[in-house]
Order: sequence, then structure tokens, then C-alpha cells
Amino acid sequence: MIRQLFGALSVVLAGVLLSACQSTEPEPEPEPVVQTPVVKPTPPPKEPEPEPPFDENLNPLDPVTRKPLNSTFYFEYDQARLAQGDIRVLAVHAQILRDYRNRSVNIEGHCDERGTREYNLALGERRSDAVRRYLISAGVRSTQIETVSFGEERPVDPGHDESAWAKNRRAMMIYR
Amino acid sequence: MNARDLVRALFVAAVAFTAPVAQALEIVIPEGWDSPTKVAVVPFGSAMAPDEPDPMASVDLAGIVAFDLTRSGQFSLLQSDNMLSYPSAPDQVYFRDWRILDMDYLVIGRAWTEASGAVSVVYHLYDVTSEREIASSRITAAPEKLRDIAHRISDEVYEHITGIRGAFSTKLLYVLVEDAATNSPTYHLKVADADGARARTVFRSTEPLLSPNWAPDALSIAYVSFETGKSTIVVQDLASGEREHIAAYPGINGAPEFSPDGTKLAMSLSRDGNAEIYTLDLASRELRRITRWPTAIDTEPSWTADGMSLIFTSDRPGKPQIYQVDLDKLNPDRLTWEGDYNARARLLPNGRHLVYVHRRERVYHIAWQDLERGTVRVLTQTALDESPSLAPNGTMMIYATQDLGRGILAVVSIDNGFRYLLPEAAGDVREPAWSPFIDALRGR
Repeated sequence: MIRQLFGALSVVLAGVLLSACQSTEPEPEPEPVVQTPVVKPTPPPKEPEPEPPFDENLNPLDPVTRKPLNSTFYFEYDQARLAQGDIRVLAVHAQILRDYRNRSVNIEGHCDERGTREYNLALGERRSDAVRRYLISAGVRSTQIETVSFGEERPVDPGHDESAWAKNRRAMMIYR
Repeated sequence: MNARDLVRALFVAAVAFTAPVAQALEIVIPEGWDSPTKVAVVPFGSAMAPDEPDPMASVDLAGIVAFDLTRSGQFSLLQSDNMLSYPSAPDQVYFRDWRILDMDYLVIGRAWTEASGAVSVVYHLYDVTSEREIASSRITAAPEKLRDIAHRISDEVYEHITGIRGAFSTKLLYVLVEDAATNSPTYHLKVADADGARARTVFRSTEPLLSPNWAPDALSIAYVSFETGKSTIVVQDLASGEREHIAAYPGINGAPEFSPDGTKLAMSLSRDGNAEIYTLDLASRELRRITRWPTAIDTEPSWTADGMSLIFTSDRPGKPQIYQVDLDKLNPDRLTWEGDYNARARLLPNGRHLVYVHRRERVYHIAWQDLERGTVRVLTQTALDESPSLAPNGTMMIYATQDLGRGILAVVSIDNGFRYLLPEAAGDVREPAWSPFIDALRGR
């Protein structure tokens, strides 16, 4: 009922506006103005507008080098502590997420196959939480972050040796 | 390899018990596994008229019984080729034939089709030494339950000889992953007989499935599914296939375990910040928080038989260890002290012994612990051993391990180390859960 009323009103309004336009007299042609050339001072060289730090797929780029920004962070066995080098990279992510509040990330936590599946499900969450906590401490809003643990269920390397395990103990940031 | 081939392979292994290690790959006979009780199960007779259907045309009853008894690790079975006679009725039994072969026990039987279409099986168990019949029984059921009849006979024979209730009529629940090493694996939740036969998929997903667990009535199951993109606890009715997402809180939803009375699920949730133990009342849906330790992972709860307390894994001391918490007092006690990784414990039905995943010299085994004496014994010698689950009579344990990089299931005797592998044609098999006792012959 209310919606119908609004619909009717808007039709009436549109009609009023349209008739108002039609009733206006045509504007007289403006008088031609003779332009006298003026010497304008050359503007100072403008700072180029910074390009958004994202590639064509909207994945993050290092704002300085414009190279893809590392988004996978590796962990020691049964640990969820971030490496110093990773914290420097995460600071850049935090900067981007502060500058672009419309962007958000999904942080996946993963483990290697050793140990029990359910313990690893919790350990993977601990890893994604370590990344999340850092980002929040660096000013990223909690609404910009989601976390999910896959435990040991989604290895990148299906092997059963130390090199495969090292690749699988990770947290991954996926921008949305 | 199909089940029949395996039966044959195991027979060879079982008969070759004098050799220190069996030839067949599927079976591992440990050192010290000597002179177990010797049993002959004679191929069952078929009391049929020429035009009657032979109920055993498709199911070898004696073969199933012999295979069951072999897998218990407590018996050595006589190969039928080596028998001197093939009695199927009491008046055909000559004990001399079995004494010569050094048998301790003899099982004979016969099957026929009733006018109603049902199948009847009669068996007799004899003590060869005393020349006495120990047990005899007639079982009638629908023809499609012939395998169930065979397992029932195994249960009864086992109990008459050992005094322990047989657990051959049970089922296994496990996860089979096809194309595990690819980008598009398929996860099958499967239910099979305890001998691996009659396996069927009860749920299939392209996302991970884990931690399947039986309700005490074996009519429904609980498990963790990633079908929504994150861990969710699902309860599924086995007969109807009806599923319900029972816990999908923010964070992880894991490790569901039905209480012994079936009214509650214990689980690990991180909805309040970190992985803690909760119980969920299935009728009222009331959630109760059991543990409070904000810096620790608390997971893998398992109930004591009286339903009064939970065993669980916690890394509150820095590394995962096993704890027990009384559900009234809520004050956890630490149970494991050896090693720096002890997880996913299960109590034996006697309540005094515990099995769990135990890391020793960087290798993951299954360990057994006597809670009163504190003694710890490594039960399995392979690497990456996981997910111990006990037969309801507490004699055998199934677990997941790896063979040449492929996930497989193995079963080990708690008492004597006798071990066998459950074959699966293809794929990665993991997360086994042994069912409670099941009465498959009662109509459902």
C-alpha cells in the first residue's frame, strides 16, 4: 500500500518536473567574447596521484616496488609465532588495509600432517589468529578480517618429508 | 584385492604360524606370538534339495567365521585343505580326526532356506580335548543377513572360548579420500563391516571430512565437515541419511564425541576465543563450557564410561598432554607425563587403560598406558600413527597409519601385538572409528 503510494507520488513529481522544464523559455545565445591571450604562470610539477597498491586481480602490491606482496607466512613445528621478516611484510599489509577500508582479508591457518587432526585444526587457528592479532594491533578493523583454520586438511605439498611439512605450516592472507 | 582374496591370504598367514613372520603382507605376527588356540571351522554343509536355492552360493559362512577368529590374533585357524574330514552334523564328527591335527576346538554347521524364504544356520562348537559340545545354536534371518549370521556365530564362538564378548558384528566408520594428492580430492565417509566387507559411502564431499564418531546406538554418527568453507559439526542419521549442522559457531567446530547415554555431544569450539571443551545437550541444545584456559588448545574430548568425566588433549603445559576433567568439579588432572606430544586419548572399556597418539624420538606411535601403575607401552611401531579407536570389547584397536605414503588402516591386538592391515583398493584411508556393539540380526 505504502509502496504503491510512493510509486504514484513519484510519477506525479516526475510529471511536474518535466512540464516545468518544457515551459522554460530557450536561453538567448551568449554574446561572443574576444579572448585576449593571458600569460599563465606554469603550475608547479604536481605529485603524481599514488596508484592503488593492487594488481589487476586486486591482489596487494608492495606500494614502493609494485611487486606482488608476500601473503603466505610460515611457522616452526607446533608453533604459531610470526617471524620478524613476516612482521615487516604484515606492516605493509596493515598499511594497505588501513588506507583501503573497503578491502578485507580472509586468513587461512594450516599445519603439516604430523600430530592429530583435531589438535592441528586448533593449531591452524592459532596461526591465523597470530596474523589477525598483528593486523588489529596495527590499526586494521576486525570487520576487515576473517579467519578460518583448515588444520592439516589442505597441504600445498602432499609429500611426507621435512621440506613438504615446512611448506604446509603456514598462514595465508587472501584479499577480497 | 577383494575380501575373498584377503581371506585366503590371511589363511595362509594364519596357518603358517610357525614361521616368525607371515608371508602375506596383510598380517604381521609379532615375536612371542606362539601357539595360540587352534581352531578348525569346517566348511558349512548345505541341507538343500536339488531344486532349492543354496543360501551359501554367495556367502562362505565358515570362511567368514574363520577370518573373524583369525583377525582376533588369539587363534590359529586350520586351512580347509588340510582337514581330514568335513562334518556338517554332530553324527559326522570323529574327534580323532581333529586330535591328530592338534586342534583345540572344532566348529561345524549347516545352512538351509526355510519355506518362508528366510535362511537358517545351525552351528556346533566342540572342545576337541574333552570331546564335548560346548555350544550350539540355530539362527534364522533374512537371506541378505547371511554375513550378519556368520559374524554372530563368530561372536558366540569367541565368547565361549575366551569368556570375552565377541565384537565381530561391529562396523567401522572411516574417511576415504580419492585423489588426495590433487587439487580436487573427494572425501567419502564410509561404513563397513568390521572385516572391511560391505563398505558403503554414507556422505561424500569435495571439502574435508574428519573425526567421525558413532552414537552409542550406532544409528547415527557425528563428524566434522568443511562443506560450508569452515569446520562444522554434523549429526547424520544412518538409515535416512538425514543430516543436521549441529555446531557452526564462529571459529573451529571440532572433535565431536557422543556421551555414553547418547544425550550429549562433547566437542571443541573456539567461539569464545580459543579452542575449549564444551558439551552440547542434544535435546535442549544447551551448550556448557567445560574448560577455561585462554592460552591453551583444549580439544579431542572423550567420555569415561560412566559419562561423569571427559578425557581431553590440552597444550596448557606447553606441549599437548592428556587431561581428565570431572564434569561436576571441572578441575582437570594431567594423566600423561612421558614425552612431549600425547594427544587424542581413548579409554579402554575397563576404564583403567588409555591409548593415545604418542611422539617418541620424533616419530608418532600409538601408546597404551595403565592409569593405576603409570606404565606406558608403545603399541604400534609404524610412523605417523593416528586416530586410535577401540573395539567395544577392548581387545583390538584400529588406527590410521601410512604405507608408502598412502593412508591405510591397521588393527592391532591390545594384548599380544598381533596386527593386520585393512585393505582398500584405492585412495587414502583415515580417521577410523570402531562402532559400539550392534545387534544386526534384530530387525531395524
